[in-house]
Order: sequence, then structure tokens, then C-alpha cells
Amino acid sequence: MSAETAVKFVTPTPEKEIERVKKWINTEDYKEKNFARTSLVINPAHACQPLGAQMVATAFEGSLPFVHGSQGCASYFRSTFNRHYREPAAATCDAMTEDGAVFGGQNNLFEGLENAYALYKPKMMPVYTTCMPEVIGDDLTAFIRNAKQKGLIPEDLPTPYANTPSFNGTHIHGYDVMLKSILQDLTEGQSVEGKCTGKLNIIPGFDGNVGNLREYKRICDLMEIPYTMLADTSDVFDSGCDGEYKLYAGGTKLEDAAESINGKATVSLQKYASTQTMKWIESEFTGQKAVLPMPFGVKKTDELILKLAELFDKPVPEQLKKERALAVDAMTDAHQYLHGKKFAVFGDPDYVIGIVSFLLEMGARPWHVLVSRATKKIKKELDALLETSVYGEGCTAYINKDLWHMRSLLVTDPVDGMIGDTHGKWAARDAGIPLFRIGFPIIDRVNLHRTPVIGYQGAINMLTMIANKFLDIKDETCEDQWFEMMR
Amino acid sequence: MAERKPIKGITKDRTEKLIADTLAEMPEKAQKKRAPHLGANEPTASTCAVKSNKKVVPGVMSQRGCAYAGAKGVVWGPIRDMVHISHGPIGCGVYSWGTRRNLMQGVPGVTCFPMDFTSDFQERDIVYGGDPKLDKLLDEANELFPLAKGFSVLSECPVGLIGDDINAVTKKKEKEFDKLVVPCNCEGFRGVSQSLGHHISNDSIRDFIIGKFEFKEEAGPYDVALIGDYNIGGDVWAAKPILEEIGLNVKSVWTGDGEVEKIAATHTVKLNLIHCYRSMNYMCKVMEEKWGIPWLEYNFFGPTKIEESLRAIAEQFDDTIKDNVEKVIKKYRPEMDAVLNEYKPRLEGKTAMLFVGGLRPRHTVGAYEDLGIEITGSGYEFAHQDDYDRTAPEMAKNTLIYDDVSEFELEKFVEEFKPDLIGSGIKEKYVFQKAGIPFRQMHSWDYSGPYHGYEGFKVFARDIDMAINSPTWDLVKSPF
Repeated sequence: MSAETAVKFVTPTPEKEIERVKKWINTEDYKEKNFARTSLVINPAHACQPLGAQMVATAFEGSLPFVHGSQGCASYFRSTFNRHYREPAAATCDAMTEDGAVFGGQNNLFEGLENAYALYKPKMMPVYTTCMPEVIGDDLTAFIRNAKQKGLIPEDLPTPYANTPSFNGTHIHGYDVMLKSILQDLTEGQSVEGKCTGKLNIIPGFDGNVGNLREYKRICDLMEIPYTMLADTSDVFDSGCDGEYKLYAGGTKLEDAAESINGKATVSLQKYASTQTMKWIESEFTGQKAVLPMPFGVKKTDELILKLAELFDKPVPEQLKKERALAVDAMTDAHQYLHGKKFAVFGDPDYVIGIVSFLLEMGARPWHVLVSRATKKIKKELDALLETSVYGEGCTAYINKDLWHMRSLLVTDPVDGMIGDTHGKWAARDAGIPLFRIGFPIIDRVNLHRTPVIGYQGAINMLTMIANKFLDIKDETCEDQWFEMMR
Repeated sequence: MAERKPIKGITKDRTEKLIADTLAEMPEKAQKKRAPHLGANEPTASTCAVKSNKKVVPGVMSQRGCAYAGAKGVVWGPIRDMVHISHGPIGCGVYSWGTRRNLMQGVPGVTCFPMDFTSDFQERDIVYGGDPKLDKLLDEANELFPLAKGFSVLSECPVGLIGDDINAVTKKKEKEFDKLVVPCNCEGFRGVSQSLGHHISNDSIRDFIIGKFEFKEEAGPYDVALIGDYNIGGDVWAAKPILEEIGLNVKSVWTGDGEVEKIAATHTVKLNLIHCYRSMNYMCKVMEEKWGIPWLEYNFFGPTKIEESLRAIAEQFDDTIKDNVEKVIKKYRPEMDAVLNEYKPRLEGKTAMLFVGGLRPRHTVGAYEDLGIEITGSGYEFAHQDDYDRTAPEMAKNTLIYDDVSEFELEKFVEEFKPDLIGSGIKEKYVFQKAGIPFRQMHSWDYSGPYHGYEGFKVFARDIDMAINSPTWDLVKSPF
């Protein structure tokens, strides 16, 4: 036997070595090596395009998401939504296999569309792709047209499709292109010169918090602004238990989506998850358009409400004035628990920008800010935001870094708390700090997806969650002589 | 084994009519494809009539995963001291990160790696190939995780489509690092389900791992390996101590809380004990052929099957082990009787339907029956003929057997059979809970566990009682 293939002995790693490396991974030296990575990604804070496409495809009335590609992908997307919302997440797939790789996926698509339509009777089947058909170059335009020509599905069944390769962009880009495609399909030929529905089109973006969506609607109701939420997941991913499972539990009505092209105004609340959609809407929709920041905290909520008041020429209702004052009251009352506290924040760009803005309002310091796949434009916007406040001094925004980078930051330059989705829990644990779960997915706590974090109410909710956790930690960890009745 | 008593109300006519009615709503081609996968159970038939391991029928909403899921999630992920690289675009690694509950000991990031490592393919990697990136990222991983005992490279769909040669890269890096660097060509489009991913992974273990290590200590007569226990919710930690208590020496575990060097040295044991036959039978057969190691299937769900299994294991050894087994059975019986006394009165006469992966639809039947629950239907996501053959005798006559059942079909079946409990997966869970039917996730133990062994049965019984008898179900029907 040559030396190369010599059998080795099972050898446990010496305790001393383990101790050494355990210490080493918390050092500046390790951080430097960690940040020098160019090829390996460890614990990313983003997912792939078709996941975002599926969120949109689910969010219309009677709409059945249809995955063109590998069966396993469809199951991954579904279970990700199941775990986050604790809700059903129907989606079909045409289950391409090796022969599909050789001959293309048209036959799978034919059979899949026919079966899915017959069994689940959808009003719309948005189609989006996994890596496999993207690599082999399937022509969806032709395939879907052929399926209709063969009579496998009705000619008039909307089948918008989007190319959503996973090797490009993230889930928010999949959201964007699928939304654009659905709107293009549903509004085709619906534009009527001079017609105005008088309604607001509101685009929430890739938001796993159905409480946020409901809060947007409540604000519109309070302002007496009629609206159509474009891609409304709130009832689909948060339906009641009444003894009957409803495959199609809600979503934007197709006729409302079709009419959206004649709306009075269109507002997007996630700039980076609706770039292409808004570009298209800009040129095709009548009415005014606005891209606003997600309304995290008081100032950004003010911005939304002022904009809506302006667009619809409405006064700000007393109720919202009162709610603003209540939020400010809660924030002034509790500012001492957050002031000066350092935070690490990670997630999707629009969420992160919003959270940073809220923290600055509270006098807290968003010390490490991380968006795991982003453009320089996003970095610039974050830097500019941090510069608006003295509490942003010394804070750093990182783009195209992952949660293993974040771990290095947390252990070499500690903060008091971390804000992000469940995936941050290991880094937070290693750093000995609490993780405040705001983002997607949250798969280890209940009901947070129902608790709004935007708007005045959302500001109070975030403040309550964060301040009380710090107080819990104080009570749980302080020595007896420092334990007291009031905090 | 004695044939089970027929279940009241379950007749051949009813089961076959249900299947026919369900199929009738499908397009003709789909009917033809699906019909062979559904049937009424015939416990005494020499081979189960239900067909399996065939392609998913497009569009029906199958619950299946892919070869990558079977490789990463099932076989490799639980090996705690290796860095497992999801090689390809970002998604697969993210979705399978921490979502199987294969718990592990060690220091995260130092000696164990419950993390997501990926090459995060971009368009340029598709165009120019991902091999150079793989070479570089392995260097980075080896530098940042020096105590990792090895690396596995798990291919995602694009890798196999663009003609990358990961095997050449891993071979080179293994030499450079003087550590295990293992390729696994488990692209998601291969095969028809997770199952091929298990097989491909077993082949990778055969080709690149087994036999490369040996234990320092001398081999003993009671050396065994525990195969096909993935430590879901701590299952291994409930099963291994029983084997040790009867005097066996568990040298390695495949792969729950597993250590790769011990896995590599498994060819020196005297007997392989296999729990999940579907995912690991391949390597048991390899070790039998190459090293003459016999293997034995066992079942650690519920006291009846545990006792049966322990006695069967004892048969492979001398009187010392046989005596120990009887002592162990005697020791735990009062504990098990206490569990049954507490829960059985509340569960007796209830029915359940199961749909899980490749083992539990048959292996858990005994545990339900210990609690007085009858199984009216069962089926697998990715089983093969040999699994169904093992299932038929475990089920009562004319109960419903369904392979790769679609959401549409399972809803129809449940509507007709009205079980008191469904044991299946996360994708099915909320569909049925909305309908007011108690449900337990049987892949992940619904964030509970362990369910294996004596300790596991206590948890299982508590959970099943909790699911069926939760007062929350009484609130579903509204008074207005």
C-alpha cells in the first residue's frame, strides 16, 4: 500500500487544540482572514429568486404558483413559507428530471399545466423558473403558447411567467420580476384613456409580516383612501381555522389588479424589491407614482402619511394624529432603555434601511449594518442615512458580507443586541446578545409575522419588544443587591 | 407475525371505490400514471402491489424533494465534524440550513458545523465553470475551520449541467490538505426523489471514505455500528444508550451526531444495526460483500418493537448479551407500562393516517398500536418496492396504501377516512389543521423528540396525546 492511501487511525482532536481554535475564531486575526474570503459564503442572509416569485404568485385571488424546474426546489420554497407563517403554501411543479435536461422541459410543462389546472382549478397560474431550465435555456414564451394552442389549459387563463435564475440576484429580485410579469399580463388592454378608478395601488414588497400589510390597509381606511394592494399575502398566509381548508384563501382580486393601471396613484414601499416593476409602472400606469421608504419609525411613517394626504388631497385624520402622538409618547417614555445601545442589523435592504432609521430616532446606534447581497447604491444610501444622525457616527454598513462575517464583527467589536431573521441566532448566541426577530424567515418563534413593525403601531411594537428584553436580561442576570422592584 | 385484525369500517370495496373516485377527477394520462401507486393493503401478499420510485407526475403537487435534499439533508448534514459545501447557487443551502433537526454535539464553528457553506454561484460561474471557485473556497474553508475532519462537496443542479468536474478538484484538494475531501454528484434533477441522493451519498462513502481509517483499540466481539439514525430531535442519544446497556460497543453512528473518521473505520465492526433501511441499506450491503459484516434491521419505535428488536439483536450474540437484553427489557417494562396506563385510555380506538419519507410509515405503526391507535392509511414520499413489501404485513387488510401521494389525493383520502390524527410533513400540516384535524410532523417530530428508544416513547406518547386531545380543537366550530 502506498503512503498516499495508508490507513489512518481515528484520532479525537486534543482538547487543547479545541480551546485554541475556540479562542482564535473570536480574534482580530481571524476576522481579518474571514473578511479576506472571496469565494466561500458562510451563513448567507439571502435566498434565491424563485422564493420571492412564489410569494407574489401566491398573493392573488385563485392564483396557483407553478414552478418550472426541479421538484426539490418547489418543496424547499413551500416549506420555507410553511415554517415562517405556520400556514399552508400551495405550489405545483412540473418536476423536470434528467431527460428534461437533455430534451428541455416543454413536455413537463405541458403535463404539469394540464394536471394542475384540472386538479386545483386556479384562476391564474404564474410560472417561474429554477436553475435547471435557466441553464439549459428553456423558452417559456413558446412553451406556454404551445400549451394553450394544444388546449391543455384555457386560452384565457392568465399564465404570466418570469425567469428567476437563482444564480443571479436574490429573493427580492424574483419578487420584482414576477410582480411585473403578473401586472403586465393582467393589465394588458385594460388601460382606458381618461379613466381613473380613484384608487391607490400599494405595493408592499417582499414582506413576510402580514401584520405590516394589514397596517397599510388600516392606514388607508383611516384616511378614507380606496386602495388595491398589489400582491396581498395577508389573507393567503394568515387564514383562520374554521374547520375547512381553503386552497385559495385570499389575495388581490384579479379584476382589481387589472384595473390598477387606471389607478389614481401607485406607491411602492420597498424600493429595492420593486425596481423593475416601478420602472414599468412609471411608463404604463396613469396617475402619480411614488417610491417611499418602508415606514419604520415615526419619521418614515410621517412621510408615508403626508404623501398619501398629498396624493389624494385628504386631511390627516384625527385618529392618525393621535396614534402618532401615542407612538412618540411611548418612545419618549422608554428612550432611556435604547439610547446609546449598540445594535447589529441585517436583512433585506428596504427592511435594514427602515430599522436603521428607527434606531437612530431612538438615539440607539446601528453599529454593524449588513445586507448580504447588495449594490453600491444600497451601501451609499445606508452611509448617507447613518450620516444624518450623530448616533450614526462610528457605525458601518457592510454589503456582500454574510452572517459569518457578522459573527466576527460581533465578537471583536461587541454590541448590545442584534436585529434580523432567525438565521442570526447562532451569531447572537456566540456573542451573548439577544436577537430581535424582525425579517424573513422567522422559524423559531410564534406569531411575530402577525405583529406589525411598520407605522406608528409598529414603532411601539418594536420598542416594546426591544426594551422589555433588555429589562428581562437585567432582571435575570443581575446580582441580588441590584435586583429591584422598578426598572 | 400474526396478521392484524381488520379495522372496523375498512373494506376492500370502500378503499377501492375511494381510489377510483379520486382518480376519476384527474386527466386521463395522470390517472394512468397514478393508479398503480394507490391500493388496498393485502397483508399476506408476497409482494406489495403498489408501485413506487417512479417519476413525479408533473403538476399534481407532490411533496417530494430532490437528490440534493437526500444527500445534504439526510446523509451528509448530520456528520458533525465535516464542512458540507452546497456547491452551486444560494438557495439550496439556505433552505436546508437547520431545517432537519439533526442535532449534534461539539463547538459550533470549531468542531461541529451546523451552518450553511455555499459557493453562491453567480452568472459568471455558470458561464466559465465553477471548478476554480471550488478550489479556492476549499482553501478558505480549510484555513478558517482547521479542526474540520473533512469536506463534502454537494453538487446542485447547475453543476451537472455545465460540465464541471468536482471530482478532479476534490481529489487534488484531498492530497493538498491530507484530509478527506469528498465529491457527491447529487444534483437535484437526478432520479425521482430524495432517494437517489441517499444512494449517491452511500456510493460516495463507499468510494471516498470507508476503509480509510481504523480504530486504535483492538476490535472486540461486541463492536457494532448504528446505521440510519440521524439524531432527529436527539434520537441517537435515546437509542445508543440502550445498545450500550445491553453490552454492545457502538463504534460509530451513521450519520446522526456522526464523526467521519469513525464512519470511515466502520468496516471493522462485527454487526451493522440499521434503522432507516431506505437511506443506508446500500452501504450495509457493501460492507457485507466486502468485509463480511452482517446487518440487521431493527425498530426502536414503541415498547413492542423495541423488545422484539432487542431479542433479535441478542440472537446475533452470546448468552451475555442475551441475558443483558432480558434484564433491560424487564427494567424498562414498568416505565413503559406507566406510559401506557397514562395515555392509552385516552387514545384507544382512535385512527391515524401516515405519510412520511422512506421508513416511518411502517416503522412507527407499532408505536401507535401500543397506544391503541389503528393506522388506516400509510404511504411514502420516496420508498421503493422493498419498503412496500415490508409495509404490507404491518398494516391491516384493506387499509389504504399510497405512494408519492399528491395533496389532492391525500385530501380526498382524509375526507373519506376521517382519521383522528395525521402524521406527515410540514407542507401537509397546516392544510389539515385548518380542517380541524390533529396533526404531528413526523419528519421533524414537530420540534419535539426524541422518539426513538424507551425515552423516546415517553415523548412520543405525550405528543400524540397532546395532539389528539388538545382542547384547542374544540374551539374550531364556531357557535355563530
